[in-house]
Amino acid sequence: MASARFLLTRRCCTALKATTGHGQRSLSVSSAVLARTHVSYEVKDNVAVVRINDPTSKVNTLSKHMQAEMVEVMNEIWGNSAVKSAVLISRKPGCFIAGADINMIQACKTVEEVTSLSQEGQKIFDRIEKSPIPIVAAINGSCLGGGLEFAIACQYRIATKSKKTILGTPEVMLGLLPGAGGTQRLPKMVGLPAAFDMMLTGRNIKPDKAKKMGLVHQLVDPLGPGLKSPEERTIEYLEEVAVDFAKGLAGKKVTVEKKKGLVQKIQDFVMGLPPVRKQIYKTVHSKVMKQSKGLYPAPLKIIECIQTGVEKGNTAGYLTESQNFGKLAMTSESRALIGLYHGQVTCKKNHFGQPEREVKKLAVLGAGLMGAGIAQVTIDKGVATILKDTTEEGLARGHQQVYKGLNDKTKKKSLTTFERDGIMSLLSGQLDYRDFEKADMVIEAVFEDLSIKHKVVKEVEAVIPPHCIFATNTSALPIKDIAAASKRPEKVIGMHYFSPVDKMQLLEIITTNKTSKDTTASAVAVGLKQGKVIIVVGDGPGFYTTRCLAPMLAEAVRALQEGVGPKKLDSLTTGFGFPVGAATLADEVGIDVAAHVAEDLGKAFGTRFGGGNVEVLKMMVQKGFKGRKSGKGCYVYGAKSKEKKVNSGAEEILKSFKLTAPPAVSADEDIQYRLVSRFVNEAILCLEEGILPDPVQGDIGAVFGLGFPPCLGGPFRFVDSHGADKLVQKMKRFEEVYGNQFTPCQLLLDHAKDSSKRFHK
Amino acid sequence: MASMLLTSLRSSPLTSVQAAQFAARSLSTSVHLRAQAKSKKTLAKPGVKNIVLVDGVRTPFLQSGTTYADLMPHDLARAALQGLLNRTGLPKDAVDYIVYGTVIQEVKTSNVAREAALGAGFSDKTPAHTVTMACISSNQAMTTGVGLIAAGQCDAVVAGGVEFMSDVPIRHSRKMRKTMLSLNKAKTLGARLSLLGSIRLAHLSPELPAVAEFSTAETMGHSADRLAAAFGVSRLEQDEFALRSHTLAKKAQDSGLLSDVVSFKVPGRDIVSKDNGIRPATMEQLAKLKPAFIKPHGTVTAANSSFLTDGASAVLIMSEEKALAMGYKPKAYLRDFVYVSQDPKDQLLLGPTYATPKVLEKSGLTMNDIDVFEFHEAFAGQIMANLKAMESDWFAQTYMGRKTKVGAPPMEKFNTWGGSLSLGHPFAATGCRLVTTVAHRLQKEGGQYGLVAACAAGGQGHAMVIEAYPQ
Repeated sequence: MASARFLLTRRCCTALKATTGHGQRSLSVSSAVLARTHVSYEVKDNVAVVRINDPTSKVNTLSKHMQAEMVEVMNEIWGNSAVKSAVLISRKPGCFIAGADINMIQACKTVEEVTSLSQEGQKIFDRIEKSPIPIVAAINGSCLGGGLEFAIACQYRIATKSKKTILGTPEVMLGLLPGAGGTQRLPKMVGLPAAFDMMLTGRNIKPDKAKKMGLVHQLVDPLGPGLKSPEERTIEYLEEVAVDFAKGLAGKKVTVEKKKGLVQKIQDFVMGLPPVRKQIYKTVHSKVMKQSKGLYPAPLKIIECIQTGVEKGNTAGYLTESQNFGKLAMTSESRALIGLYHGQVTCKKNHFGQPEREVKKLAVLGAGLMGAGIAQVTIDKGVATILKDTTEEGLARGHQQVYKGLNDKTKKKSLTTFERDGIMSLLSGQLDYRDFEKADMVIEAVFEDLSIKHKVVKEVEAVIPPHCIFATNTSALPIKDIAAASKRPEKVIGMHYFSPVDKMQLLEIITTNKTSKDTTASAVAVGLKQGKVIIVVGDGPGFYTTRCLAPMLAEAVRALQEGVGPKKLDSLTTGFGFPVGAATLADEVGIDVAAHVAEDLGKAFGTRFGGGNVEVLKMMVQKGFKGRKSGKGCYVYGAKSKEKKVNSGAEEILKSFKLTAPPAVSADEDIQYRLVSRFVNEAILCLEEGILPDPVQGDIGAVFGLGFPPCLGGPFRFVDSHGADKLVQKMKRFEEVYGNQFTPCQLLLDHAKDSSKRFHK
Repeated sequence: MASMLLTSLRSSPLTSVQAAQFAARSLSTSVHLRAQAKSKKTLAKPGVKNIVLVDGVRTPFLQSGTTYADLMPHDLARAALQGLLNRTGLPKDAVDYIVYGTVIQEVKTSNVAREAALGAGFSDKTPAHTVTMACISSNQAMTTGVGLIAAGQCDAVVAGGVEFMSDVPIRHSRKMRKTMLSLNKAKTLGARLSLLGSIRLAHLSPELPAVAEFSTAETMGHSADRLAAAFGVSRLEQDEFALRSHTLAKKAQDSGLLSDVVSFKVPGRDIVSKDNGIRPATMEQLAKLKPAFIKPHGTVTAANSSFLTDGASAVLIMSEEKALAMGYKPKAYLRDFVYVSQDPKDQLLLGPTYATPKVLEKSGLTMNDIDVFEFHEAFAGQIMANLKAMESDWFAQTYMGRKTKVGAPPMEKFNTWGGSLSLGHPFAATGCRLVTTVAHRLQKEGGQYGLVAACAAGGQGHAMVIEAYPQ
């Protein structure tokens, strides 16, 4: 008590002093503050605390408005001789500055416009870097892109160790580069290799790592409950610590330079040797080419900027950076990637409203790869989950899969062992229907067979409460056929997950005409909780994703039969931008699944889904070549060898089904377009038929679920940028040889006829 | 009392007005005006046995690595038990049961209660068991005894606790242990040699016990520093509180108030009869220390934290009838108690905040009824944070589900004979010291009700209400 009271009086005193001392100044400040909405500042003990907060958004971005106010504020601070140092801090709990304003870049029409944007940014940060008083960036929450560039222009950086604090340069993922001095400052700060890694991968860096790398100088622990909410108090604490350091810097009690260790000295020495640097540029370049197949311009431009800056000096470096930034912003790749970013944001929202009831207990039927995966992404969000299987072996395997998935996270330190155990305690593995009467949603992931699914529907409906939703995880069976066995079809919905569930972001939700809106809202809410990007599509054989993939795989089988080897097929598809080659994809999906789907959809859609012979797949299944899971498919999956070997057994089967390749349509590029055009045509047909509600969800589904080349932005954006007419021309040529599998759908023809028609505005 | 407080405050730059306020307040307590305002005359409940503290003792608490360095934990425990026997003149076979607490276990004497009891000459017919609950282990030992008596199973129980930090079990690494255990089973020379050959240099690095949470891997000092920051406790406040603790302890020691301490002739060494960690310093000296856990901007230092301590304590608890029948004059009634637990990460050391209102409610008392507070001082920052939490309506409403704050104890009733910061903190021995001190202070100051509260690792806490035995 004594000391508490004592402190209070002391605080009052200092507060009083501050107001009398700076009375005049704060008066002038407050009048200026009224006009400003994004940036404000106050002077505490000769330290200017600059606070940023975009009142119109959840995150701070470096919009034109924000930049203008920031320049104004900084000028005032620099003009005030009483200010000896400054602290830059965000008032938003989870965000320092999340980056530049993408819309600002997208609004530009020419390379020059974007280049000048970049140069303005460079100029501002140059002034920050050359500031006569030390500036401390106090970072809590995301510090990305332009935000990081701002922070590294400051003289000192302090970050909280909060889970929300991440630093990084994700521009490359939008087909851009750090265009406000980032490519010039980062190499000097963290060294060439780390700078390349950061900018080329765009990875998020956690506070501990950032400290080790030399990206931040000090770390501050996040606080728990006190006299204010933890978030609020943590920011306050960060500010207090930052102000102390700012005073220390101004008084030369704190030095910015860190003592270099021996390893660092050696590294610096080695990096000082031009031949070593040359070798690094070469290695990085060839690595980028290998991974991007030259389809992504941004990484190459990033290398160029860094190289120019290091070898030719700042002026040349900054110029290259701004020019390359301008060029990249105008590329179709960048547009595609930015489109995907916006699409992803849209698909992370529930457009069906708040469900009547929150799902608090979920039951998953079938502890296979899918079922266990679904259980894992549910329990790790804190939702109690029952995992039911019919056999003890199946259950044990599924349980182990979930445990392994979580345990791997503890090895990467993203989870503590106690958090892992706590999460696991939410999982109840069982063989019976115990507790199903408490379930709010059941997701079945049993074998893809209509009669089994019917049996499951009836069994489950006998034990679940009336409000419980029945979701079926099928990749091809129409939901209405499954719902036919249900007494309450309005509660039945399709939830199509992608394997491996904990890695694949997409969830395809399928509604029948009987599914109620609340059921949909509930399924979307569960999916969002599981961290999924969600598309909601109509019912039909193969829905959207499987239906697009099937014709492409049929075409792939035909190509194989025509003598294109699996390796060649893979290189053709990855060369087009698919992250996984077609042959490898078939192995991953499972040859048996592919055969199943091909047969089912073949029956439903007729010859349009023909191409390769389904018997090829069936024969492979017969021989046990079910893909990766059985150790053999198109390839042999050895225990250790890195190099994948083609499965000679599969080659023999292909030989027995050999077709002659028609020379007119068998050039490498033709094969690529045969595969892609069938995919794209089917996607557009889905939109035409109303299976797909809009092109955005179509693009997101194709890229996130099926690995459609991200640099093309999805089938719809691809048609927009490639030109529908050109695609139709190619398809007509293929149609002459192969028939109706290449007949363009009406909507595609419409777009081909009228070049002003576009799927994306 | 008042003068004592003043001396302690003189060293801190307080205004004379505030000091005068204090003096005034402590004056009013000494007049016993409060006694009439008590909301309850006694806490005896119909149908519930009255359980009394007959007496309590402890060995001197020494900084680890000093005079006790060559002992074993049960040696210290035995000293406390023998001290209790001497002090009370208790016939050894009158004890029905012995419960003892310990935290860092010596593996050779994992039931240290039994080993110490045998050595202290208790009847080998008296069963003994060991409990562990971090810093509230001996509180747990006492309440276990209270439970045994209340249930009618025992009439006289000895409870206590021992902590011996001079020698802690340092283990081989898990890999090395595995190899060594396999070595036992290896039958042939070849098998043994191949196992020995598998030992790598890294296997030899030992595992040290840390005062850290197993669940979060955060050391307690680090958590305390974060807690202090969360409640906005300054370095100055912490240093002031630490200085207060040392100053008051010194005063208590010099005036012979620490009568629970029994002398101990350490084999091969001198007789020890005083705690050796009490060191009043100046604020300037305290301010010089660098933070010990969060560097460089933390506020918790070695001087405002409790230090590693060796020590043991013991109390004799009986049903009131038994005590009276044996001719004892009990010191106090042990009344209601609670255990609480909360988030081991962000609220690790907030046990007293949670436990205090709960135990008061249970007893039907208010803060004003309490004459003597003895809180365990793990860190000055932790105490200050708890006091601020108890003073906050917002905290009570947001985190404790209560309508209003319970209020912080007035400092003139709080730990006035020093605390764990200055006297020392042998983890499992502190609980009995707190209870015995409350009994002694109630007798000395003429109060009626006392409150013990403590935090413990694992995010747990404890509080107990103690009523003075009518004199």
